Amino acid sequence: MLMDKNTSVLIVDDYKTMLRIIRNLLKQLDFENVEEATDGAEALAKMRAGNFGLVISDWNMAPMTGLDLLKEVRADARLKSTPFIMITAESKTENVVAAKAAGVSNYIVKPFNAETLRGKIEKVMANA
Amino acid sequence: MPDGIAPSGAELPPEGERIESAVRAVLGTMSGDLSVVEASLLAELEGLGRTVARAKQEIASLRVDDITLSHIPSATDELDAIVGHTAQATNEILDVCETLEGVATRVGGVEAEALASAVTRIYEACSFQDITGQRIGKVVTALKAIEARVDQVVSRFGGAGGAPDHPAPPVDPDETEGRRLANGPQLPGAGVSQADIDKLMADFD
Repeated sequence: MLMDKNTSVLIVDDYKTMLRIIRNLLKQLDFENVEEATDGAEALAKMRAGNFGLVISDWNMAPMTGLDLLKEVRADARLKSTPFIMITAESKTENVVAAKAAGVSNYIVKPFNAETLRGKIEKVMANA
Repeated sequence: MPDGIAPSGAELPPEGERIESAVRAVLGTMSGDLSVVEASLLAELEGLGRTVARAKQEIASLRVDDITLSHIPSATDELDAIVGHTAQATNEILDVCETLEGVATRVGGVEAEALASAVTRIYEACSFQDITGQRIGKVVTALKAIEARVDQVVSRFGGAGGAPDHPAPPVDPDETEGRRLANGPQLPGAGVSQADIDKLMADFD
């Protein structure tokens, strides 16, 4: 089994509808333990207070972007190994390169489909 | 220091006043009959002054203040309303999807699978609201940049009543790489595809 459905997932996006869509898609994949944050700073606070096995984050948020959140996570001794998937409309090569350099586990460009989400989650959790 | 030239760092008077001042300065150096060259120079300066005065009148008659005081704020309000309406509509669609998922669990079998598949496609399609929201955000940013430039033009050439000159926004020393690279959605064909991204990610591994 590639995915542990009991994994606690944190989804981060400043669009409430996007949070709802990702939460519902995760529910279809049988992930029930899902929490939300609307920017990087809130996500980081929740990660430091909790124990998440997967982060799915947007990039373009204020005040802390997804890339800045990723860097903070990778710099934190306790959080640094947390699988981190970026789901974003940022589709320039420089964005992908910067995210990979910062330690992103996988990268999904919006708009995306459920199959892509499932595939990337399987892949990063298998490598976790 | 030559007459009519402001000391370094001092605020310059408007363009029209500077030309008038230059004409007066040239006249002040002349005595007796004007030579052909002096007369020609004076005529050119007077012509330039009239051109500037006419340009000021034309800019003032354009009522560019309307752009910054009414049109752009109205346009940004309309765009904000579009984002609000699409968010509301998307949430209603998601409400219905969640109801359908509840129905699917009750009916079971092939019908349930068909319902679940249809609902998944609706979820995927609903991400339009995020993409369009970000695109509209980029348009609002562009409108605000136009507003600032119009303010500058009015201030420089529009004479009395013009908006104050706005300096260029300072570079934020605390700007992060994440903020600097946050450009929002690209136009179709301009960004990289998911397949290209997957290949790029694989190249790093």
